[in-house]
Amino acid sequence: MLKYIGRRLLYMLLSLFLIITATFFLMRAAPGGPFSGEKQLPPEIEKNLNEFYGLDRPWYEQYFDYLISIAQWDFGPSFKYKGQTVNDLINNGFPVSFFLGMEALFIAVGLGILLGIIAALNHNKWQDYGAMVFAVMGISVPSFIMASFLQYVLAIKLGLFPVARWESFMHSVLPALALATTPMAFIARLTRSSMLEVLSNDYIRTAKAKGLSKFQITVRHTIRNALLPVVSYLGPLSAQILTGSFVIEKIFGIPGLGSHFVLSISNRDYTTIMGVTVFYGIILLSAMLLVDIAYGLIDPRIKLAGGKKGE
Amino acid sequence: MEKLLEVKNLEVSFQTYGGEVHAVRGVSFHVNKGETLAIVGESGSGKSVTSQAIMRLIPTPPGKIKNGQILFNGEDLVQKTDKEMEEIRGRDIGMIFQDPMTSLNPTMKVGRQIMEVLIKHQKMSHAAAKERAIELLRLVGISMPEKRVNQYPHEFSGGMRQRAMIAIALASNPKLLIADEPTTALDVTIQAQILELMKDLQKKLGTSIIFITHDLGVVANMADRVAVMYAGKIVEMGTVDEIFYDPRHPYTWGLLASMPSLDSDDKKELAAIPGSPPDLTNPPKGDAFAPRNPYAMRIDFEQEPPMFKISDTHYAATWLLHPDAPKVEPPEAVKKRLRKLSSNYEKPILVKESE
Repeated sequence: MLKYIGRRLLYMLLSLFLIITATFFLMRAAPGGPFSGEKQLPPEIEKNLNEFYGLDRPWYEQYFDYLISIAQWDFGPSFKYKGQTVNDLINNGFPVSFFLGMEALFIAVGLGILLGIIAALNHNKWQDYGAMVFAVMGISVPSFIMASFLQYVLAIKLGLFPVARWESFMHSVLPALALATTPMAFIARLTRSSMLEVLSNDYIRTAKAKGLSKFQITVRHTIRNALLPVVSYLGPLSAQILTGSFVIEKIFGIPGLGSHFVLSISNRDYTTIMGVTVFYGIILLSAMLLVDIAYGLIDPRIKLAGGKKGE
Repeated sequence: MEKLLEVKNLEVSFQTYGGEVHAVRGVSFHVNKGETLAIVGESGSGKSVTSQAIMRLIPTPPGKIKNGQILFNGEDLVQKTDKEMEEIRGRDIGMIFQDPMTSLNPTMKVGRQIMEVLIKHQKMSHAAAKERAIELLRLVGISMPEKRVNQYPHEFSGGMRQRAMIAIALASNPKLLIADEPTTALDVTIQAQILELMKDLQKKLGTSIIFITHDLGVVANMADRVAVMYAGKIVEMGTVDEIFYDPRHPYTWGLLASMPSLDSDDKKELAAIPGSPPDLTNPPKGDAFAPRNPYAMRIDFEQEPPMFKISDTHYAATWLLHPDAPKVEPPEAVKKRLRKLSSNYEKPILVKESE
């Protein structure tokens, strides 16, 4: 197990290196730069700025310098937010996005699995149709419409929650709901179809023949086996949700990490682009590793050691 | 002999897009305490449906027990609620299925799957159930049960998994064990071991067995009595000797003639029954076997044959036993096995419907 995790960490480093390299060169290949704007800067100032940030040096020097500083967890200063480093941006934004994301994940996974199970156990009855209509709506309605809808109904009309801003737990409920809707609907559909498949298995008939009740069969024999597809979806999903959403954070005025992904690119804020991309890569790769470990725990037939030497 | 199970005029059908499939059409039989009844028939003859109806494992809908009684210890299982059936399944009636590779939950330890039955029906504690699970694994001939009890099904071979299934089915000493083609998915040497094991356990525990199979060779080895099913009906029923040495129904003849035996001439081709079973969405008028039956008479196509009684234990549903029917010779392969049985009546007696 430890050996497996060690090997996986090594692969993660390799993937990260590839991500960094690809982003670095793609970013440089895009036209424009951090200081090109509508108002042309005087050439002397631009030259000074480039010199200050090291942008006048040959690309390979910049590249290797960057690799070295990233290895020391130093993403450099932001070009756009004066006086702040990219580390500051991440340290300030990520806790907010993470908290909101965890809340949304919790809602999406809990409600999604519950809905899926109810639908599967009442296959082709009204509960099933009801849950699936709900799910299709959740998948098709974009999050910004869901967000405005929630703001209008729950905040403005009913006054249950604050409309926007990031101050207390109550402020986080609406954005979390809006963020959770689509993944929840997706998880519900995934759980339902996977439950239905498991329920048609011979070992479910064996469990019935043992005299177990419907509840015991569902809890002990069905859910666990039906959750594998949900768990594998959870990897990329959690990376995406935990690092924040541009749309939701803009609508609710939340100081999260999500907006940096979009704004840094249009700003050509090189260090921020690199920083958030690398950060996202790390979160995604760790989520995948966790998913693979969870897989091995759920299904004993999956051996984490790679199956060569056994345990 | 005391009857443990008595099935009376059981009818099961399934609602499908193509219409209602009458899978079991009026089946009656009984199982005595401690005996083995084999139900034989080709695929689609309704033997598995019959056994699942006894356990009330028919998925409803689309399936439905339309008619009949299943008396187990005098109580009608058809009338039981789902909750009452949960108490009977696993405790009074155990079941073994055809494919041991898929019949065990792959993500649960084998021991745990046995313990479930013990905890549910015998109200055992976790520790006691584990003790007993180890004992049961030893009983069904699995070596090193202390280690095996903590393993998952994928660490077991096919034969061992079927042994584990038997351990699950027998965990709470059921009075009746239903084995639905328990050896079909196993290779021949393992088949023999599993059959030996079942016979041995039956002797030790006194369990009655309903043994469902399409393999007549297995029947001769296992059963006390045999019921031959065709198109959702029992066409002939009798003791093993009666079915093997004095068969009366042309379908039974066909089955016996298509079975290889040690003394059969290896140059001769095995006989096959021509044609295929009828579509049970629209069961044919008259005898369902008539279109494939070389001995069919005109009445076979018009009217269903009644049951005739050949001895106290031997029944067959064919017009050939009617006093007015012409005398016919069974096929060569069957004729070789015929013996005079002393228990036979002088003449077959027509069984009245009400019985």
